[in-house]
Amino acid sequence: MDNSIYREQIIDLYEHPLNRGRLDPADFSYEEDNPLCGDVIRIDARLDEHGRIAEVAWSGEGCAISQASASLLTEEIKGMSLDEVKAFPKERLLGLIGVPLSMARVKCALLSLKVLKAGAYGIPDPEVIRDL
Amino acid sequence: MLDVNQVRADFPILQQEMYPGVPLVFLDSAASSQKPTAVLQAMEHYYRALNANVHRGVYRISEEATHAFELARQKVANFINAPDAAQIIFVRNATEGFNLVAYSWGEANIQAGDEILLTEMEHHANLVPWQMLAQRKGAVVRYLPFTPDGLLDLSNLDELLTERTKLFSFTAVSNVFGTINPARRLIAAAKAVGAVTMVDAAQSAPHMVVNVQELDCDFLAFSGHKMCGPTGIGILYGKRHLLEAMPPFMGGGDMIRRVTLEGATWNDIPWKFEAGTPAIAEGIGLGAAVDYLTNLGMDNVHAYEQFLTSYALEALSEVPGLKVWGPPAAQKGGVAAFTLDNLHPHDIAELLDKDGIAVRAGHHCAMPLHKKLGLSATTRASFYVHTTTAEIDALVASLQRVRAVFRL
Repeated sequence: MDNSIYREQIIDLYEHPLNRGRLDPADFSYEEDNPLCGDVIRIDARLDEHGRIAEVAWSGEGCAISQASASLLTEEIKGMSLDEVKAFPKERLLGLIGVPLSMARVKCALLSLKVLKAGAYGIPDPEVIRDL
Repeated sequence: MLDVNQVRADFPILQQEMYPGVPLVFLDSAASSQKPTAVLQAMEHYYRALNANVHRGVYRISEEATHAFELARQKVANFINAPDAAQIIFVRNATEGFNLVAYSWGEANIQAGDEILLTEMEHHANLVPWQMLAQRKGAVVRYLPFTPDGLLDLSNLDELLTERTKLFSFTAVSNVFGTINPARRLIAAAKAVGAVTMVDAAQSAPHMVVNVQELDCDFLAFSGHKMCGPTGIGILYGKRHLLEAMPPFMGGGDMIRRVTLEGATWNDIPWKFEAGTPAIAEGIGLGAAVDYLTNLGMDNVHAYEQFLTSYALEALSEVPGLKVWGPPAAQKGGVAAFTLDNLHPHDIAELLDKDGIAVRAGHHCAMPLHKKLGLSATTRASFYVHTTTAEIDALVASLQRVRAVFRL
């Protein structure tokens, strides 16, 4: 079995995720699912007085790739401005994950970034839209 | 008993390696089956030697194509013991069969306040068309629940199936649990209250004898691609008096008797429901698939899969933390949907793929079923005529390696 995509770091993060939890209240929150596999990721963030990411937490269910990606991403964006978050390139996140991914799994890896950017852009929570 | 080595030689795709030295172990037939050489040859023969439109030309190859296409219809009729080939409608897949009935029969017969009874273990194909119909008409959809073992709970059937029930549609075999449902009993109960019945045979027609006259169902649908046939062709069977009374589903060529600028009159069944040029090569391919399965013998196919299922459930029980959902082997088709500790099915399936093993990971188009189990997804291995016990052993060994990768 070639298990190179499940390198040590991915499994470590799966066992011991970083920044996992919820922040309430938060300056922005967003949640979305990947209908292909049912993965759900929520990100809550608080900003400091300069508008930079002070605290960030993620929660949800998913595969090892999407979970590791959320840990790595939330760790990476601490201290960034909202503009930097909005411009965060997906290649940078894929580089952090550092394993070759099939097209289907790239979606798993990028779910957390999609959720983060939607939150940073202030897109209303899809549940809010549904409730209106 | 079926000679699996002989059967395997009929499926060219099984001869290939996924990675150097790693053969394909295909355990996803419930999603779409592999195709034997006879089916591929029948389709190629049509394109090479008979290619012409059907029901139109007066020249020789068009007549031969028409004959081959209509012969395939007769083969399907024989396969499910339909009284007449005219009751076999060629559609794209089982999904289109449900939609055809929901739009054609449903629009004409379902009214506000009427009830449609389904079950909680249905594939989306047998849920969404009825939900859409109910929404259009103000009708009510009710659901027969399943037990923790994945069996239909019939204890409240009398409360759910009443004079208000106009249609009862259910699957003969669950695509997740593998449960073989008591179809004859359910149809008899529906008839007692005057409800029309429809059976989802997508997971039964490929694997066991389906006899529509014995079932006495009003409608039944299945897909060709899950039973050794090509994609793009499926079957809707219906009782003659219902099909004749139903308005067409789609308009166009082939489905008319006469067209004027003021309107049109309809062709006879089955063509009334087959607007436009049909999937000719696919229909002929399905006919060859029916021949292939008939030669194996559907009783032999079912017996072999029962043997495989018993073997697989036993072998999988050796993997710590693994739970197969659904009933015991005796009440189950060749399907094992399982969870392994709290590992995500996509992680499991990706690692199995590295050993050449193809399984399905996800909700298998049965989201309400998974929600009731408190799961977002399962990993599903499904078996067919070419599956060997060695392949099931390979699955078990690979699952043990998945556990090791995740330090379990």
